[in-house]
Amino acid sequence: MTMQTNSEDLQRQSLSGLFWATCRREYLLSFRRKSDLVNPLIFFLMVATLFPLGVSPEPGFLAQLAPGVVWVAALLSTLLSMDALFRSDYEDGSLEQLLLSPQPLFLVVLAKVLAHWSVTGLALTVMAPLLGLMLFLPAEGMPGLMLSLLLGTPTLSLVGAIGAALTVGLRKGGVLISLLVLPLYIPVLIFGSSAVQAAVTGLPLGGYLALLGALLALALGLAPLAISAALRISMSS
Amino acid sequence: MAEKKWMPRWFYQLASPRWCYQITGKLLPGFAVAALLLLAGGSIWALMFAPADYQQGNSFRIIYLHVPSAILAQSAYMLMAVAGAIGLIWKMKVADMVLKSAAPIGASMAVLALATGAIWGKPTWGSWWVWDARLTSMLILFFLYLGVMALNSAIENESTAAQASAVLSLVGVVNIPIIKYSVEWWNTLHQPATFKLTEKPAMPAEMWVPLLVMVIGFYCLFAVSLMMRLRNEIIWRERRTGWVRELLIKQ
Repeated sequence: MTMQTNSEDLQRQSLSGLFWATCRREYLLSFRRKSDLVNPLIFFLMVATLFPLGVSPEPGFLAQLAPGVVWVAALLSTLLSMDALFRSDYEDGSLEQLLLSPQPLFLVVLAKVLAHWSVTGLALTVMAPLLGLMLFLPAEGMPGLMLSLLLGTPTLSLVGAIGAALTVGLRKGGVLISLLVLPLYIPVLIFGSSAVQAAVTGLPLGGYLALLGALLALALGLAPLAISAALRISMSS
Repeated sequence: MAEKKWMPRWFYQLASPRWCYQITGKLLPGFAVAALLLLAGGSIWALMFAPADYQQGNSFRIIYLHVPSAILAQSAYMLMAVAGAIGLIWKMKVADMVLKSAAPIGASMAVLALATGAIWGKPTWGSWWVWDARLTSMLILFFLYLGVMALNSAIENESTAAQASAVLSLVGVVNIPIIKYSVEWWNTLHQPATFKLTEKPAMPAEMWVPLLVMVIGFYCLFAVSLMMRLRNEIIWRERRTGWVRELLIKQ
């Protein structure tokens, strides 16, 4: 019976309290390992540096390439950071405690992913104009670039978290995640880079942003369900 | 189960690996004969008796392989996702096995569709590959299959592997329409559709009837190879049970 009263006690705590507590824990953990925070951003910068070196340093050509390159770089660095999302929790056993707790896993997972996004995806969005400058993206394209990344990267984090949750119990998770998740990233990439291109050419970009928003809404509603199911499966073995 | 008379008895017996093995064993020869007859008859009809296209000549005949394999690649994914959902909800072992067996077949159908498309594209469009919406979405479908197969082989515990790939194939099914439409819009944005496969001239019956025969034949072939893979999988996973040992001793 102690467990009964215990769970009733816990349920009295409000759901928003749970959400913020999880977020706070995530922030504390990530700010204590600062290198993990910076690594995806350095990767983002390096990938963008490779393109002028590998293709051509000619400004006109790079400007044409820039929307796609910045988006692909953002996508890859989000993907790279995804593997760590549940890994340390899995290794120290706190993931098991999260699954055992009576609180809705949906909310915990959502808080974890959003906290993770705000230190990776949001940081990438803030850094994107720098890459735009490096690749000679016209100034008209900058708002489109930032807005599309702002709406698109949370979807990338949510979908990537499904892959991370499915592979958390495996030692060689890193490559496998990209195999599972990259095909699912394609719609976001298409709409994101099209939004930037529309912004560069002066076309209205509301439609693309609306589509990115729709994808985000869908991912917000459904991805946490898939993530929780995947976490339960990964922990069951 | 007496109250469930609306459901034929063999249907829920399929949930038991042992019965499923026996039922598929009975169905297998029939489907094999049907696949053989339909595919042989359809190929001969398509290659020798169907009229040549007035524009493309004989090179169009590859659609008798291309279209059925493309249809099968999509149907196999749907089957995989449905089996995955059944496996997740009712924890049926056989559904897990169907998922695992369907993935490689679907992937090979996708490869066949891509390869025949490339072979047809070379004389008709002048290049092996065009970033056409349909080609691209078939390629992505192939990648989705590869993901499911990679996940299935990476996890050692069989039931965990099956559940994880079931979740992944369900996520894929939600994404397939999104991917399809995004690729179609992307294509119309980036380049005008020079080559359009979607608006074919209405085919005369002499052309589409053999195509229909081939499609049905491919479905039978799919059923045959699915059942064979499934039976292998059942024997392998149930290798420690009594009935499999008896079966092996008998042979």
